[in-house]
Parts: sequence; structure tokens; C-alpha cells
Amino acid sequence: MERFIRESAAIVEVELIKLVRDPTEIISRAVQPLLWLLVFGQVLAQVRGIHTGQLSYLEFITPGILAQSVLFSAIFYGIAVIWERDLGVVHKLLVSPALRSSLVFGKAVAAGFRGLVQAVVIYLIAFIMHVSLSLDPLKIFAVLAAVMLGSGIFATFSLIIACIVKTRERFMGIGQLLTMPMFFASNAIYPLDIMPGWLRVIAQINPLTYLIDALRGLMITGGESVHGYLVDFGVMLVVFAALLFVAVKLYPTLAE
Amino acid sequence: MNSPALESFAIRTSELTRQFGSLTAVDHIGLNIPYGEIFGLLGANGAGKSTVIKMLTTLLSPTSGTAEVGGFDIIRSPADVRRRIGYVSQLVSADGTLTGYENLRLSAKLYGLPKAERGTRIADALDFMGLADSAHKLVRTYSGGMIRRLELAQAMLHRPAILFLDEPTIGLDPVARRTVWDRLLDLRRDYGMTVLITTHDMEEAEELSDKLAILHAGQISVVGEPAELRAGLGADATMDDVFVHYAGGLIHESGTFSEVAQTRRTAHRLG
Repeated sequence: MERFIRESAAIVEVELIKLVRDPTEIISRAVQPLLWLLVFGQVLAQVRGIHTGQLSYLEFITPGILAQSVLFSAIFYGIAVIWERDLGVVHKLLVSPALRSSLVFGKAVAAGFRGLVQAVVIYLIAFIMHVSLSLDPLKIFAVLAAVMLGSGIFATFSLIIACIVKTRERFMGIGQLLTMPMFFASNAIYPLDIMPGWLRVIAQINPLTYLIDALRGLMITGGESVHGYLVDFGVMLVVFAALLFVAVKLYPTLAE
Repeated sequence: MNSPALESFAIRTSELTRQFGSLTAVDHIGLNIPYGEIFGLLGANGAGKSTVIKMLTTLLSPTSGTAEVGGFDIIRSPADVRRRIGYVSQLVSADGTLTGYENLRLSAKLYGLPKAERGTRIADALDFMGLADSAHKLVRTYSGGMIRRLELAQAMLHRPAILFLDEPTIGLDPVARRTVWDRLLDLRRDYGMTVLITTHDMEEAEELSDKLAILHAGQISVVGEPAELRAGLGADATMDDVFVHYAGGLIHESGTFSEVAQTRRTAHRLG
């Protein structure tokens, strides 16, 4: 276990150094949620066409936009892995005696830290826009945990896709193909109960739905988790474990 | 572990074979490389050199046959093999967004070097490769020769018994290439490392290798000492003549599109 932690921490450390040294990607990714909240959120809030219970529409979509931001920044993590493969960095890692699980888990945790930056950005935007955010420290801690877990899920999913497609061109196509349907087939911008039956079924097996559900209950004053936090975090943990298992098996194929 | 007799070989393969679909990239290869030897593996692009190295470094499973590296079976004990080897890929594997020191620190942690020893080992490796003054500069500012020396430093940091180098001087200018050669010879002299090196460069093969094998279409055409192989073709024969004779053609005529593209990318990145 000590070895697993040490090796994972080494991968995380390197990724964080890169993030601090070149925050361009994080800054550019902050623009999209800004647009969603500032333009889409405010316009739809005027329409009042979507019933969001006791939450205003802006309050309703803020957790959804955070989850979207986490999804979009993590899902393209596979591109970086393919880039590392093309450079030979993956080969160097895989020739080392480090556990494959440490390498994959380290990547997922590093993606989690990137997700945290998104969370800070969205909290700031939401605060400026007078969204009624819960400032309970325990809830904020739980939001950060959910964001890290969600980032880990989507980054690991992305890594699996990268291991299968192995080229940046193919990955870009598949990445685009996956992100928007995952976003729209979730409770990010409308509640589950207004969805047609077939879409609700898809939304129920979409891990993004559980991330948003947890965030909605934790982030917003008066917000609640429809499924319950135990289900939300339980589903995310199971999905993360399953994806890690698959990614650990596939990651070595990147160097073949 | 194997018996002491078998352990006298750093690398030992028997009938080692790798197929990709209907293509047999490596075809029943048998190699016995003693400890302390620098062994050159030559061949045209696509001859199977990199596939052999990938199998011996546990990056790729063989289709059939066996191989032992440092006394451990590559299939049954891959983790034990990895602890005993260092590897410099044909690609540029040093991370350009990190400093030389950070690249080495990552390797030190992944190879499980004790915390108390890490600093000294990294300083020694940087010193040995002549990179101490550039340790805290980003690797993307290094010259091609410096990058290769850093990769050698990473590969030797945990003092492996066996070093695998896949075309380590590709894309380097003659001065940088000579510096890498010198460091390799120093490594063998100071640490007694066994080195398996693949190359296209006949001068490099002759300068460095105690013994070499030439691969053609996945099979070993010939094994011997460079001088012995030249003498076998006549008094005036050069290593280029040896290569053309045993590798089935001229170097520049071979290679697939992706292999040529990869080689050029590496050469471009090394400046």
C-alpha cells in the first residue's frame, strides 16, 4: 500500500507541476462555464419554462455546469495520454517497476486536482452572480470530493478510450461524440422527470447524473439530492473502481 | 531464480517469436548475451529490432518462445525484470515540460530509491552525464545530445544490471553522438552494465559493440564480433558491406511510412 501511494503521488506531483507551470488550459476551460452561466443560464431563467422546484433556474444549473466543466476537462485527458505515448513517456513509465495501478490511479487523481480548479472558478462565478451557495465547510469538502471523484471517473474513461483508439485524430472524434450526449442525457440543465422515458433510462445509467445530483444537494442552499448521497457517491465509487480495473488492464497496451 | 550457470547470461532468448496478425516481426530468435557485454542489434527498419527490445523490456508479450533478462523470465516475472533494467526508447521520452532534475526525481520515485539516497543518486547521475549545470532548466530548452544524456541518466539512476538502448543516437550531430558513446563506455567501465543497443549507424556499431547480430525479416542473419564479420567478407570490407550483405539491402531503401515518420519526428525533436 505504501508503494502504491508513493508511486501514485509521484505521478500526481509531476502532473501538478505541469499544471502550475502552464495553466493555459485551465484558464481557457473556465470560459465555457462562464458562458453557460452568464448567457444560457440567465436567458433560460427569464423563460421560466423548466420547473426546477424551489431552486431558481440559475441555482439549478450551477452544479450541472460544474459537472459539465469537470466532464469536458477530464474527457480529453486521453489526448494527453496519447501525446505521452507518441513522445515515449508512456514507454518509460511502463518499463519502470511501478505498479500499473499506481500509474493509472495517479493520472486519475491528477485529473481530480484539475477538476478542483474548475470548482473554484465556478464557485467564484456563481458567487458573483448571486447564486445561493451553501458555505457549510462539510458540504464544501463533500463538493470537492465529488468533483475529484467525477474527474477521476471521466479521466479514467478517457484513458480507456485512448488505449483503444491510440491516435489523437480518432480520439478527438470519439471525444466529441461522447461528451455532448453524456451532458444532454443527464440532469445538468433539466430535471430527470421532464425527460422522455427512453432518455431518463439513459440518464439513470449515466455517472454524470449522480455527480450532478450530489453537487446539487451539496452546493446550493435548499438544494437536495434526489437519489441520496449514499447512492450518488456509491454509484460513482463503483463506476470509478470498474473503470480503474479496465484501465489498468489496457494501459500497458499503449506501449505495444 | 535460475541456476548460476544460466545466470552468467544477462539476456537469454530461445525461439523468441512475435507475430502481428499474419506478419512475423520476430521469428524464432535465440540470443545469449553475457554480463558486461555491449551487444549491438542491427537491421533495416522493420527487421524486428524494436520488437525484440520491447519484448525483452516487458512492453510486449512474445507470441511464443522464451526469454530471460537478468535471470528472470519476461513472462513469469516481469516486475523482477523491470527492476534490473534501464531503457532508453527510440522516442524522446524525457518530459520537456519538466526540468532535468524533476525528470530524474520521478524516475527515482518510480524505481523506489530510498528517500535518503535520492538526492545523492540524482546528483551523481547528473554529474556523470555532464548535466549538473542544467539540472533546473526545462528539458525543452536542452539540446538533442543533452536530452539523450538525461535519458541515459534516468535509465541508469537505479543502477540496472542491463541497459536497453533503442537507437539512442538517432538525430544527433556527430559531437553529441560521440558524447553519448563516451558516456555509454563509461557506464560499462564504471558500473559493469550489460548494454543491448540497436542502431543503424555502422560506425556506432563498430565503435561500441563487443559483439553484434544483424536481423533480417525477423531472423538473425549473423552474429559475431565486428572485426570478425568484416574479415569474413574480405580484407577491404567495411561495416556497411557487412550490413548490406546480411541485412538484405541498403538502409535508406527500407522502412514503412510510419517507421520513417517516427524516425524523422525523433530526429526533429532532438534538433
